[in-house]
Amino acid sequence: MNFGKQFKEGLLTNNPVTVQLLGMCSTLAITTSMANGIGMGLSVTVILTLANIFIALLRKVIPDEVRIACFIVVIAGFVTMVDLSLQAFFPAIAKSLGVFIPLIVVNCIILGRAEAFASKNTVLASAVDGICQGIGYTAVLLVLCFFRELLGAGTLFGVQIMPKSYVPAGILVLPVGGFLCLGALIAAMQWGLKKAEKKKKEAEKA
Amino acid sequence: MDYKALKLIASSNPHIRSNDDTRSIMLDVIVALCPALVWSIYRFGFRALIAAIVSVGSAMCWEWLYRKALHKPQMLGDLSAAVTGLLLSMVCPVTLPYWMLVLGNFFAIVVVKQLYGGLGKNFMNPALAGRAALVACYASQMTTWFDPNNAQGVKAPVSLIGQSLDGLTAATPMAQIGEDFAGLTATYSVSDMFIGFIGGSAGEISAMMLLFGGLYLIFRKVISWHIPVAYIGTVALLALVFPHGNDPVQYMLYSVFGGGLMLGAFFMATDYVTSPVTKTGQLIFGVGCGLITVFIRTFGSFPEGVCYSILLMNCTTWIIDRHIKPTRFGVVKEAAKK
Repeated sequence: MNFGKQFKEGLLTNNPVTVQLLGMCSTLAITTSMANGIGMGLSVTVILTLANIFIALLRKVIPDEVRIACFIVVIAGFVTMVDLSLQAFFPAIAKSLGVFIPLIVVNCIILGRAEAFASKNTVLASAVDGICQGIGYTAVLLVLCFFRELLGAGTLFGVQIMPKSYVPAGILVLPVGGFLCLGALIAAMQWGLKKAEKKKKEAEKA
Repeated sequence: MDYKALKLIASSNPHIRSNDDTRSIMLDVIVALCPALVWSIYRFGFRALIAAIVSVGSAMCWEWLYRKALHKPQMLGDLSAAVTGLLLSMVCPVTLPYWMLVLGNFFAIVVVKQLYGGLGKNFMNPALAGRAALVACYASQMTTWFDPNNAQGVKAPVSLIGQSLDGLTAATPMAQIGEDFAGLTATYSVSDMFIGFIGGSAGEISAMMLLFGGLYLIFRKVISWHIPVAYIGTVALLALVFPHGNDPVQYMLYSVFGGGLMLGAFFMATDYVTSPVTKTGQLIFGVGCGLITVFIRTFGSFPEGVCYSILLMNCTTWIIDRHIKPTRFGVVKEAAKK
């Protein structure tokens, strides 16, 4: 059990969005405002952690042949719970995220972590993995939301930040802007990771 | 990799040495654009010239910065960035704030051209991609056109800074042609359209000046006739077959002389990098551009379709090149087919 290592993997070296390239659909679609990003990021983190815990608990019971179907049933259960709670307590966020909350059922990050991690590891490790990967996902969402909302609409959390004379670059809140920003972020992350790896290797040699 | 460091260059025949290089070709393109540029300065005042200078300068700056940052050899001397900048300034409204031109050039040069590997590797025409990005970003500024005619027939110069031009802006002929063709013919005569006494961007007002430039390029063998003829021919034919109003020929002339068709057909669709290699492929490419242009003009929500039609056909160039292969020299036709 190495919480620090798992956390670093989730946030940087094995980030679900920028390294594993999972969950791109929701990432591109909802990152138009900070409120959306926080709502979606927290929902996925909660569902991911709960699903990981339950799948880790059931990992010895689930037959190998039908494991995907079982994972989906577990995930769908938690998604329904989160969906209904959001609608009950945060109707505004539920409305603006729309179909992307129910779609978390088929979000590859959750299924991917269930398959790659939770079905092979202990309950505690899986819970930590869920939290770390969820934080990694949320962090990417927030970075994208920050740039897209600030430059594309001139606001953050709906509050005007940029001076009145700033002309918002509308392209950034369009789907095209999502692709551009995500591409730039992935490129920057890979550049940084490669550089860090190179430094590490040189340090080992020396 | 620097190709000059390679000792052995084995390319396909014919092995003919010519003095043409990227620089001379790009210089020809710049010369060919000059008549239209001069005309736009005459019509819009010095702001058109300053916009062109800002655009060319920023395009070259972005290219220099990118290649400097990535430790790549500098290639500003080939003037391809200058052509991109010049073309971009000619497809944008003359009233566009300068910083938007700089941003558009960033998209054109850094995102579309350099990120894909620089000159020769971009899959889209950089200037048009820059324009498309600007339209997506700043739709209202990019569709506000300046027409010097509108100030009660007085030719008003555009102010060099700022853009307080309310009342002077007007729809271009392309915005009018679909909705109110009779009104358009009442405002502008065919010769107005041809010579360039209409509103629009620097690169679309004067079909005549662009035609001069295009013919110069064909005469200098910088471009072949295939793409422009196929492109303009398709648009003209479709206008003749499905005219607005009673006079097909009149509608055809307005369709051909209006909008960015001349600039697109001669200067942008013919971009070496993003158009097919073979003559047959170029004809298909031109016809495709023409079809999409007419479809967008007729059925689309944008009044003008030249920009998107060329960008879309740019994306199909690899398919055309894959299927239209030249017959290999020295092989019998029948054998080549198998």
